[in-house]
Amino acid sequence: MRLRPRRLITPIVLVAGWEGAARAGVLPHDKLPAPSDVAAAAWRLSLDGTLGLHLLESLERAALGLLIGGSLALVLGAVAGLLRTGDDLVDPPVQAARMLPHLGLVPLLIIWVGIGESLKISLVALGAFFPIYLNTYAGIRGIDERLVEAARTCGLTQLERIRHVVLPGAMPSLFLGLRLAFAAGWLSLVVGEQVNGQSGLGFMMMEARDFSQTEIVVLGLVVYASLGLLSDLALRTAERRTLSWRRGLRAS
Amino acid sequence: MASRPASVVAATGIRRVFAGTTVLAGVDLRIRRGEVVALLGESGSGKSTLLRILAGLDQEATGELTTTGSTAVVFQEHRLLPWKRVADNVALGVRGRDARERARTALEEVGLADRSGAWPSELSGGQSQRVAFARALVREPDLLLLDEPFGALDALTRLKMQALFGRLHAGHGFAALLVTHDVEEALLLADRLLVLDQGRIAEEIEVDLGRPRAVDVPGFSGLRRRLLTLLHVPVDLEAPISP
Repeated sequence: MRLRPRRLITPIVLVAGWEGAARAGVLPHDKLPAPSDVAAAAWRLSLDGTLGLHLLESLERAALGLLIGGSLALVLGAVAGLLRTGDDLVDPPVQAARMLPHLGLVPLLIIWVGIGESLKISLVALGAFFPIYLNTYAGIRGIDERLVEAARTCGLTQLERIRHVVLPGAMPSLFLGLRLAFAAGWLSLVVGEQVNGQSGLGFMMMEARDFSQTEIVVLGLVVYASLGLLSDLALRTAERRTLSWRRGLRAS
Repeated sequence: MASRPASVVAATGIRRVFAGTTVLAGVDLRIRRGEVVALLGESGSGKSTLLRILAGLDQEATGELTTTGSTAVVFQEHRLLPWKRVADNVALGVRGRDARERARTALEEVGLADRSGAWPSELSGGQSQRVAFARALVREPDLLLLDEPFGALDALTRLKMQALFGRLHAGHGFAALLVTHDVEEALLLADRLLVLDQGRIAEEIEVDLGRPRAVDVPGFSGLRRRLLTLLHVPVDLEAPISP
């Protein structure tokens, strides 16, 4: 996608209007500070290392949660997708659990794992689990049986068929799951970090609210949004590289 | 192999029942080394079912089946893996250090050496099917199973592919079972024709038209008529259709 300059007009006008309204006093500072105040706060907190510290803390939670939830989902999704017994044993409970809004589990999770780090990581892992499980399962189930058969006539063993046919065939679906998991993961992190944080972006925002530092609250939102945007961009680049064989399919 | 057996396939009493419907009711079949056998029959007569049994893709069939040597299959659709480049598709499952080298040779034989780095999605239908042939050839099969391999191609490409098949067979000497519904194709390519009807081999015809063959060699139209009658197709358009 080429960036057309015209697409930049509305965002610039909006930010400029916001800045103008804040300067003119139309927007009270304690409700919504000017973008320049947010930028100044970002600069100040970057210099004294506070922002970096909290950002690192949040990233660590996100990474751990994604890793735990993602690998569990990948293993279970593969077991359910590849083996009939696995499908019968694993899929029903997962399908049932999927109907639970996982963010609604916060009270129960607090009782189970407390209000510390494990709560935040568990929430992210739960958020990441379902999209990856469902898309791994669907990706494996959606493989064209005729290709597997052709691979069999080429003398590929079952393991080789999984490696050369099933896994690459499930890749597009897997990437979709990963992108959805990242989105769900960030959302879970935001919710989790508002529960009794000692550090992290959520804690930074909650603390700022207590001192009516609205510009830091807004800064936290901007950072959360940028993280989501950047991770999606990185995933899409990885997807384009890994799935370069699809380029011809799209063009035709 | 000390003594090379004369036949690559020996099958007796092959039966296959799908949900109460008997598709194959005891098929006996023998294919000699290097021989091209065409298998004809009306649609739904079980041609492809028999081929899949010979390819080892059907575990539910009963009867006795012995195949000697290696087998390769070319399907009606090319069935190339979209995520592997052409050369990797051809080399799929080929063991040994020289796999890539052999894949290149096979691609040269089908005239596609210059497309070895392409993705399957970048090929035309005829090219894809030629790659599928290369993928079969690289296994140096004693028996090549072909399930309507030219059926999805346009008429001109089909003629070129039939000629290519003739060249490849002359060069490699594999035995082949060609499932087809195209009577002329069968007469052009095969040494022997089998007609499948009511779940059994209803007719066996030796094709002694010599080689190379064309549709205008003497005897061709006579055999064509005979075959069409066996397949319950009215030969003369003005003739009444028999029930």
